[in-house]
Amino acid sequence: MAASVTLLVGTRKGAFIYRGDAARKTWQLDGPHFLGNIVNHLVADPRDVRTLLMAAKTGHLGPTVFRSHDVGKTWAEAKQPPMFRKAAEGEDGRSVESVFWLSPAHASEPGVWYAGTSPPGLFRSADGGVTWTEVAGFNDVLYPQIKPAIFPGPDGAQVHSICVDPTDARHLYIGISIGGVFESLDGGQSWSALNKGVAADFLPDPNLEYGHDPHTLALHPRNPLRLYQQNHCGIYRLDRPAMQWQRIGMNMPREIGDIGFPIVLHPRDPDCAWVFPMDGTEVWPRTSPDGRPAVFRTRDGGASWQRLDNGLPQQHAWWTVKRQAMCADGADPPVLYFGTTSGEIWAGVNDGESWSRIAEHLPHIYSVGVA
Amino acid sequence: MIRVLIPSPLFSYTGAQRQVEAEGESLAALLQALDTRYPGLRHRIVDEQDRIRKHIRFFVNGEMAERLDRVLVAGDEVMIVAALSGG
Repeated sequence: MAASVTLLVGTRKGAFIYRGDAARKTWQLDGPHFLGNIVNHLVADPRDVRTLLMAAKTGHLGPTVFRSHDVGKTWAEAKQPPMFRKAAEGEDGRSVESVFWLSPAHASEPGVWYAGTSPPGLFRSADGGVTWTEVAGFNDVLYPQIKPAIFPGPDGAQVHSICVDPTDARHLYIGISIGGVFESLDGGQSWSALNKGVAADFLPDPNLEYGHDPHTLALHPRNPLRLYQQNHCGIYRLDRPAMQWQRIGMNMPREIGDIGFPIVLHPRDPDCAWVFPMDGTEVWPRTSPDGRPAVFRTRDGGASWQRLDNGLPQQHAWWTVKRQAMCADGADPPVLYFGTTSGEIWAGVNDGESWSRIAEHLPHIYSVGVA
Repeated sequence: MIRVLIPSPLFSYTGAQRQVEAEGESLAALLQALDTRYPGLRHRIVDEQDRIRKHIRFFVNGEMAERLDRVLVAGDEVMIVAALSGG
């Protein structure tokens, strides 16, 4: 197993940092940080292993970004958080309601980050999150075009899953809920829709170019031609340069279905991924199907799936896992982690074969990441 | 000078000061002065379109001020209220 690990947990009431030993058996809590703040995302910078960025707001106060350069010991607020430009007199300008997603940019661009917001906006920082500027190609060009197709779900519409091609800093993918998946080859100046083959059975025209609802989009770090997507309407895989997504969720057990929020990729094996299905029937309870939570894993690119629930509650567990709240570490084999809407954190050793609860009684968990 | 009453959600900016004094000929100018002294404070209570955030209220001498162009004079008292909301 790898060395010690640090878990970064964002919740509806603050951030929590757990430091685990090499065996993943002993965990030390550091926190809460910013108790009472709504923390949508807490992300480590893999380029310097000490910087954290946090997307936060409170019930009263507007959205901002906090930065730490010592893995959470001290924090400073962004001097210019993500915000839309001031509208001209008479225009109805947009305001950022929340910073929803944070992604470090390419390894060759230290200090560069992207942020996705609700309502849908894309922002870039070139100074480690101190100041943020609009990605005009999205906010001023793409967004006005696709705006009629964007409508907010219960938590609003947002830009998420900002993926940077490890072989090309200017090659970006994003997901918009609700709006679809889009690709840019020029650092965000121009965008094209990438939704062929993806169902949108909640819309009158299921063959729209965009307007879909990707819940999570993931690009494999070792094989950046391969994308996976957990969508509102199933689980998909796309191998570029193809443009047509394949619904690999059809191979999930019929009684479970292929609805969920997160999808997590194996750090080295492009054929291996994990999902956390939820109940998407009738009024969309968004709970574990039948109250029996389970992770499902594929090791063959989605041709088959295995249920992984050893150690998880076998009944009456009516929680689920949000899109940022599941991750894998770099151990061999990887250890998986997820945080629940009921405030529990679970670790699944050995590729998720065996699960144990490492924290409970936390607030509703929005994000779990590894530093 | 204008006396400004600070709600607890903004204490992290004012160093837990409940009352501060600042100058400004309007609410907008006062907030700008406060933001200069306490960087970041304004954006948390007024958005980038100069709209007062949904759960924030301003009272000038006990009367609610709905616009940032509300004129202020020396001796006024401005109370910033973080409305009771959420769970």
